[in-house]
Amino acid sequence: MSEQFEPTIIGFTCNWCSYRAADLAGTSRMKYAPNVRLIRMMCSGRLDPTFVLRALSSGADGVMITGCHPGECHYIEQNYKALRRFLLLRRVLAGLGIEPERVKLVWASAAEGARFASETTAFVEEIRKLGPLNWGKTDDRQQTMDDVESSVVNRPSSEMEVPA
Amino acid sequence: MSEKIGVYVCHCGTNIAGTVDVKGVAEWAAEHLKHRGVVIGRDYKFMCSSLGQELVENDIKELGLTRVIVAACSPHLHEKTFRTACERAGLNPYLCEMVSIREQVSWVHTDKVAATEKSKAAISGGVERVIHNEPLEPIQVPIHADTLVVGGGIAGIQAALEIADAGYHVCLVEREPSIGGHMAQFDKTFPTLDCAACILTPKMVEVGAHPNITLLTWSEVEKVDGFVGNFKATIRKKASYVNTDSCTGCGICWEKCPKKVVDDVFEAGMGIRKAIYRPFAQAVPKYPVMDVENCTYFKNSKCKACQLFCPTEPNSINFEQKDEILEVQAGNIILATGYDLFDATRIPQYGYGKLPNVFTSLEFERMCNAAGPTEGKIVLRDMKTAPKSVVVVHCVGSRDENYNKYCSSICCMQSLKFAHLVMERTGAEVYNCYIDIRTPSKDYEEFYKRVLEEGGHFIRGKVAEITDAARIPEEEGKLIVQVEDTLIGKQRRIPVDMVILSAGLEPRHDAKEVGKLFGIACGASGWYTERHPKLDPVATMTDGVYIAGCVQGPKDIPASVVQGAAAAARVLGKIQQGVISLEPIRASINKDQCSGCRICNGLCPFNAIAYIEDDNVSDINPALCQGCGTCVAACPAGAISGTGFSNEQIIAQIDGLLLRNLEPAGV
Repeated sequence: MSEQFEPTIIGFTCNWCSYRAADLAGTSRMKYAPNVRLIRMMCSGRLDPTFVLRALSSGADGVMITGCHPGECHYIEQNYKALRRFLLLRRVLAGLGIEPERVKLVWASAAEGARFASETTAFVEEIRKLGPLNWGKTDDRQQTMDDVESSVVNRPSSEMEVPA
Repeated sequence: MSEKIGVYVCHCGTNIAGTVDVKGVAEWAAEHLKHRGVVIGRDYKFMCSSLGQELVENDIKELGLTRVIVAACSPHLHEKTFRTACERAGLNPYLCEMVSIREQVSWVHTDKVAATEKSKAAISGGVERVIHNEPLEPIQVPIHADTLVVGGGIAGIQAALEIADAGYHVCLVEREPSIGGHMAQFDKTFPTLDCAACILTPKMVEVGAHPNITLLTWSEVEKVDGFVGNFKATIRKKASYVNTDSCTGCGICWEKCPKKVVDDVFEAGMGIRKAIYRPFAQAVPKYPVMDVENCTYFKNSKCKACQLFCPTEPNSINFEQKDEILEVQAGNIILATGYDLFDATRIPQYGYGKLPNVFTSLEFERMCNAAGPTEGKIVLRDMKTAPKSVVVVHCVGSRDENYNKYCSSICCMQSLKFAHLVMERTGAEVYNCYIDIRTPSKDYEEFYKRVLEEGGHFIRGKVAEITDAARIPEEEGKLIVQVEDTLIGKQRRIPVDMVILSAGLEPRHDAKEVGKLFGIACGASGWYTERHPKLDPVATMTDGVYIAGCVQGPKDIPASVVQGAAAAARVLGKIQQGVISLEPIRASINKDQCSGCRICNGLCPFNAIAYIEDDNVSDINPALCQGCGTCVAACPAGAISGTGFSNEQIIAQIDGLLLRNLEPAGV
């Protein structure tokens, strides 16, 4: 019990704002928790929700999705699509019995290195409180993952709308 | 085919090696990722050095590497360096990936064990991803030789002239009726005390007459489409109600115009103009514009004095004129839209707006200007009494936690200039209340010395309050400046006739919206962000869009000129190349897999996806696609692939980051 749980978190960043926020946190030598491992994409709109499920089923305890602030997307409005998918995904997660809080959406502009650092540390603490997810540790969990992937892939288009 | 992957881990001196066990990480990769194709793991002091790059090149040639991972700084810094190195050795550059273990690991973590483990995971993720990388060819795009310069202040003027003189066409867009910007409002320039107009107006005239410059004043950019090499700007040329083909700029129209208006822009509220006006005598172009909001005819449908008295044939006043929408093609864009002056009314304790003899720096500039409202006489608000004592307050709105934290950089020298001018023209006692005196450029410190020797008083302290509430008879009828002189540790109350607030510089009020128009971002203080603060100060994150002058941060005239010229040099370099290589990051649709559901069609903000009815499939126009990948993520059939960021690459990277790729023995 003395050993503190160290969550493993996958973070998705967009190339233009949040990755640069991470760079700025680095060049400004701001310290944050080392639990998040980042993946760079061109835009948060590139985020396929199955990436998140894949990360959670492969051993991640949480997933942080980051992008430009609404209205500041390099691709005009694609971060709004990321927002829609995020909201939908949280409902899917809840349906699967996984705490939706394990997935977090953070907007960070290229100038917000401090925000990136503080949001990261805060998220690590939230996941630490939730404890390990352990999805994918057992075979039947993996089975669930396959079901989820197929159900998400075959989702009807109407679910892409932002819930009212 | 199994890949041969080389992993290179950079020490970056002690920047990475101080926190990460670099050698251990390289050895770990060679041993534990061997079964994934890693054939060599090396660490090196500085991978970006020519020797470091040679390590990669030699291994590609000798070991036959098919993929390269460089774990070092951010890919935004050196991805190009290492991809170019790979290309030199005959490997397609897109088969090289960088893993950031400096900005994302060593600089942000202190725990060496955790940092080392994170580095290993990051490299593992990179290795898995790079396996799925495909060789790509950059997209070649021709560069349109014309340049759009936005903002006709000194930075924009300099940039436009440099490019035009080199033989290329420039379209210079200015919001106001004349180019010249803030510099045209000034009287003298520090530290040489040249007359601003004397050095600026010849350049303005040159712009107006240059065969390679199309000057669009009283105009604003409304929309920008396209990308580097091929921008298309939509510009609104506001109706001036003056026909410039026949107008001679004689001035009879504004002489006869009966409507007087306080000039808040050029005269900073100190002077008046007419409803039809030219902001100043040396304006370029020379034609007046109509201020519709104040024109008697537009308000009451009668007057037309300007038209009545216009001596030209045909008559140059045209009340029917409409805004024109122009489309301008340009390969590159330079933004030089300048700054706004800090609004001194935001600091109520300084009394600006309530106490008549508190002036802003811009008001004082206009007052000093021989062509200004007082014809260069330094007087109180009554427009006749010369002050006997003056306080210049430094850092108004700058270096202040409540307003702007940054130093506006020009105010110290500007205040010293004011002190000099007051002493020279009125003989008044001048007190400078400063936090620190900052005179870091050539001949600036000498000017400070000069003002000291001329008898200027300097009080080190931030002014607390300016009031007209007298406590003793000597203060009656005066402005009292309350300040702590921190060098002698005493509170002082200085009764004076006039106070000049050396207001700081702020980003344009609409900087954010304008930035969005051109696809560039503002930093925390609101100034536009340059590509690199030291090594690339005039480029932005958006290819083909450059910034010059105060849009990038507060700076004085010499620095603005330098940036204008620098931006022009960058643009000329691009034009000379003729073509530019773009990252081949684009989405494409596999028509065999596409079901024609059209979900992707509405998602594209660039209208790059079209539905082909005959084949019942959607198709992507690669010239319009910007590579964001939103359609890739949305395609229910998985028919769209995003080059450089494919599903396979990202899923593999997820597994790699989570170390799912390790053999059971290695876990």
